[in-house]
Amino acid sequence: MEKRAIFSGKLLPYLLLAPQLVITLVFFYWPASQALWQSFLLEDAFGLQSEFVWFENYIHLFQQPDYYRAMMNTLVFSVAVTFLSLSLALLLAVQADKSIRGAGIYRTLLMWPYAVAPAVAGVLWLFMFQPSLGIVARAMRSLGIAWDPLLNGTHAMILVILAATWKQISYNFLFFLAGLQAIPRSVIEAAAIDGARPVRRFWTIIFPLLSPTAFFLLVVNVVYVFFDTFGIIDAVTGGGPSKATETLVYKVYIDGRLGGDLGGSAAQSVILMMIVIALTAVQFRYIERRVTY
Amino acid sequence: MVERRRFADILPHVILWVGIAILAFPVYVCFIGSTHEKSLIANGQMPLTPGDLFFETYYKTIFIGTSGTTREPVGQMLLNSFIMASVIACGKIAISIISSFAIVYFKFPLRMAAFWLIFMTLMLPVEVRIYPTYKIAADLNLLDSYAGLTVPLIASATATLFFRQFFQTIPDELIEASKLDGAGPIRFFWDTVLPLSRTNIAALFVILFIYGWNQYLWPLLITTRDNMQTIVIGIKKMIVTSDALTEWNVVMATAMLAMVPPVAVVILMQRWFVKGLVETEK
Repeated sequence: MEKRAIFSGKLLPYLLLAPQLVITLVFFYWPASQALWQSFLLEDAFGLQSEFVWFENYIHLFQQPDYYRAMMNTLVFSVAVTFLSLSLALLLAVQADKSIRGAGIYRTLLMWPYAVAPAVAGVLWLFMFQPSLGIVARAMRSLGIAWDPLLNGTHAMILVILAATWKQISYNFLFFLAGLQAIPRSVIEAAAIDGARPVRRFWTIIFPLLSPTAFFLLVVNVVYVFFDTFGIIDAVTGGGPSKATETLVYKVYIDGRLGGDLGGSAAQSVILMMIVIALTAVQFRYIERRVTY
Repeated sequence: MVERRRFADILPHVILWVGIAILAFPVYVCFIGSTHEKSLIANGQMPLTPGDLFFETYYKTIFIGTSGTTREPVGQMLLNSFIMASVIACGKIAISIISSFAIVYFKFPLRMAAFWLIFMTLMLPVEVRIYPTYKIAADLNLLDSYAGLTVPLIASATATLFFRQFFQTIPDELIEASKLDGAGPIRFFWDTVLPLSRTNIAALFVILFIYGWNQYLWPLLITTRDNMQTIVIGIKKMIVTSDALTEWNVVMATAMLAMVPPVAVVILMQRWFVKGLVETEK
């Protein structure tokens, strides 16, 4: 929508935009282009000279079994967290939506984990599941379940999935509840008069009407797992044991640390950039569609 | 709902309370951990009821810190986190509101270019440009400074889009009236746009404060001195790989202290929080 009455001013609009644009150029575009440039360079061991090597860093990257492993980890991690947090949040939101008077209280009691930092969420779950002293780990041991996330890769993955899901449920819950409350009661009542039982009503009416919200949340959750869970992984497992929880983002961090493999790290950054661009494009296509509804 | 059946009426509440209990349990365990002796926790003997060391542990955590690797008192880290979160939230709001104002209310060459330039930063999170950004911050002498912790994070596509969307709902008649009264753009901004944006600013502040408080990767890169680190970074550094050395009671007290401010902001400013969360995503 264009504004009809617009101010004239030669210098003022540029002055107003200047702070934002300067920060954007210096801290976003310049480093991003540096990453792109570095991904084509190979530095010698001392970082003194670098050579333009075209796609060698990328080729090398795709020859590393570790990179595929990180991809798999990221895939398992994002599918598990997205599925668990969306389904649990939907379950809770549907229940909260049923209680007309209590919805506000339930919302307050279910939304606060959103505010907990990912790293802190990770520490909370580590404390419960730490094999030798965790309160839950102890209970599991007394039930005869072998549990050691510090040594067993699968257990470590389960632990970071639990912590990441715990934190994300409240976000999904808020959006599902808002979506549910936007569905007109009359539609549901009409179906009830036609004899549709609650379960049928949910799958044939409520769920389809909620699908735009669900799709939006799907994209947001994938982005969350890709990027925001860095803190959880760093605090709980540090990518270990033996890289079992190393995700794509975590690998960028580890590979480039202490001036390690800068070219390889940059090539990984570029691939991640492409993934974010794809995800954002999907998200905005969807928003466009919703506007035309 | 539509039908009335006793069982169906109770079941949702049961499910919800189970959900609430599961969400709260980790925090409860954390609180319990912060009130017991560290050796009791290390032995795996911690009970599920609070101990009597509440004041002792929190006093030690805030003013003294752990006796092991990082000796920085958590009080300093709390202060750093407060400064970082507030500066990021206010900075993002300030620079975004003026840039949206320029984009919506002025016509000038490069207007769309500026808009797209800001918009595209959505696709460049810190995580995809870790080391080059670090290098620039280092070159600009920003390591271990509050400016380094905050300024690189202050650009905001989300906030700019949010204000842009809101400005487009302000009726054009207001500008015309303002122009008739002889007000220029700056006067219009102060007298009309800013007062109208109050609730939006509050909503955005809540979201951005939490965003700033919970930052992890950037402060991890930019701070090397213990007295500059934020609480979220500090807590991770307290966990020593060999478990015997970790003072879990202090770690848990720190975790509580790291959670209380953002959670309190969310609960106390709930109305703005939900508005901010739902509307910034549009």
